[in-house]
Amino acid sequence: MSDEASPQPQTPEASREAVAVPERRTFVGVMIGAGMTLFGALASIPLLRFALYPVFAKASEAAWSDVGPADSFASLSTPVQKLVTVASRDGWQETVAERPVYVTKDKQGQLRVLTAICPHLGCQVAWSADKQGFFCPCHGSFFAPDGTRISGPTPRSMDSLDTTVQNGQLKVRYQYFRQLLPDKEVSD
Amino acid sequence: MAAPTKQNPEQVEPRAPARSALWKWIDDRTGIDALMHEALDEPIPGGARFAYIFGSGLLFVFLSQVITGTFLALYYVPSADHAHTTVAYITKEVAAGAFLRSLHVYGASAMVIIAVLHIFQTFLYGSFKGRRELLWFSGSILFALVLGMAFTGYLLPWDQKAYFATAVGTNVPGELPVVGNMVKLVMRGGAQLGTLTISRFFVAHVFFIPGLMILFIGTHLMLFRKAGPAGPMNEDPYEPKQPTEMFYPRQLIMDLSLALALIVVLGGLAYFYPAALGPQANPADTQFLPRPEWYYRSLFQWLKYWHGGGVVIGIGVIPAVIAVLFVLIPFLDRRPDRHPWRRPISVGIFVLVFLGIVFLEAQSYRDDARDPATAQQLALQDQQAADFMKEPFKPETSGSAPGPASSDAGAAAAAAPDPLVAQGQQVFTSHACNACHGEAGAGTPIAPKIAGIGQKYPPDKLLDVFNHPTAKMDAGHMPHFQFTIDDVKAIEAYLDAQH
Repeated sequence: MSDEASPQPQTPEASREAVAVPERRTFVGVMIGAGMTLFGALASIPLLRFALYPVFAKASEAAWSDVGPADSFASLSTPVQKLVTVASRDGWQETVAERPVYVTKDKQGQLRVLTAICPHLGCQVAWSADKQGFFCPCHGSFFAPDGTRISGPTPRSMDSLDTTVQNGQLKVRYQYFRQLLPDKEVSD
Repeated sequence: MAAPTKQNPEQVEPRAPARSALWKWIDDRTGIDALMHEALDEPIPGGARFAYIFGSGLLFVFLSQVITGTFLALYYVPSADHAHTTVAYITKEVAAGAFLRSLHVYGASAMVIIAVLHIFQTFLYGSFKGRRELLWFSGSILFALVLGMAFTGYLLPWDQKAYFATAVGTNVPGELPVVGNMVKLVMRGGAQLGTLTISRFFVAHVFFIPGLMILFIGTHLMLFRKAGPAGPMNEDPYEPKQPTEMFYPRQLIMDLSLALALIVVLGGLAYFYPAALGPQANPADTQFLPRPEWYYRSLFQWLKYWHGGGVVIGIGVIPAVIAVLFVLIPFLDRRPDRHPWRRPISVGIFVLVFLGIVFLEAQSYRDDARDPATAQQLALQDQQAADFMKEPFKPETSGSAPGPASSDAGAAAAAAPDPLVAQGQQVFTSHACNACHGEAGAGTPIAPKIAGIGQKYPPDKLLDVFNHPTAKMDAGHMPHFQFTIDDVKAIEAYLDAQH
């Protein structure tokens, strides 16, 4: 296609022709444009997957943390606070932190482990021996010794954590739950 | 449409082209028609040729490097303690991470190869003649910048290869007279390679050099359009006389075909042969053999021939002379005749120097292959990199972090330091165990990993090993230590905490 060859300088007519670039040779132009668009779309796939990885990566299963020997809680009369070691992943870092939990008994006398994080707005709930219940100092929510909601702005009872006993050790799966909801939901 | 003028208020195009209303709306506000005319209707004397595709090929790869590099920076952290982990995270965990990183690594080699092809073509065609000296000069600077990008980027993964190659690479300018030491200190951010080196190499790689490259690419393109394409060898460099063909569509299509070939080759390589990341840099390693990337190998070989006072000649004077001659080519090879066979001296010297570089390059690989100890260590290093790639990603353990609960009552404090662990660390460092066994007993090419050794050997068994060293320990020249059982318990406590 050397029909475009022309000696310099161009006449006004010829330059007007040249101006109409996108219209003439439209088929070639459209093919090139379509090809580049297709490539751009295909190239975006790995780029988007890469950039959005933390959004879609499945949250890893929370591991089990040791609370203590199951026997030591057998004759629990009042809730006791324990610190558990929790490992969590933050991108390429693994952070190890200590978190407080309460070991108590439910109405049937079974061991129950509660998170100390208030389901209202996330403050740390304290056991009050005077009041014989859990009391949140931030907004005054009050819970029974087994974590059941009694009064205050909290929408639900204290959140219980999954437990298991392995080799005589009481273990808990430490998780975070969403605040302000009437039903317990894992926060991710 | 040509706008109506006072003289001709009813002006209409002789053949009104069918233009979409949208296009006209945009053009009336941006002048895009004229811009596209300017860009695409560039007259090429002698017509479109495949020989001319390498310049735009460089632009394409550069664009790819900028894009992949920017995305890599979403996860990469330029500090000595995080660099390697973040690159491992990208390569082993992040979706398409290995692919994008490999595109970036192979793209670097592609830049060098296409730059050499472009230089070769423009030199052989004498395309630097005819008021194009500044084009050649800006191109020379761009080539140096590309090599600078490759050098600064190479350190960033902070694996063994990166660390030691950069140690050598920053030592070399240190040999220059007068300024050598200062240059080395400035490059390294201190006497040794460390986190400051990564920081400044990162800034150079992401800000300084790319900024300069964009500046010089713009200059190079402007100068090119001003002078016009030189066309084929038999074209007059000052006043082109051959019939011209517009850049669009044929030359554009030829350029795009190179882009397509690069996509297939780089994409295929990146997908099927992802670039390796080796184990983390261990500065205490005395066994590691540094090797630069392939495009610096000829220089690496060249250095072997210069000793003592001659080093200044070899690494200073001669490369400087060659560089200056290269830049001055348009002033040295001045005659308007472009045919390479009519420029025997110029082309002869150029080809000779190039063949010399290729020869040095080949010699470098041959020397390595011929010496059994070297070949074995290099093969071992490759194997270690391959082994590391197969291991699952290990996240970095950091201390405690504040939880989502904002209250600091019952705050999460790190576990109280265990005095036995502290004592173990004391024993470990005072006997310099890390010199061979690595930081915290992580293992090096010369001594195995001993972190977590308490899981394998109870204290009394380990004491036994110390008192009766195995054949392997003697072969590795492990010193004979006299430890007590308490020392061993402390060592195990420390090493178990590192596991």
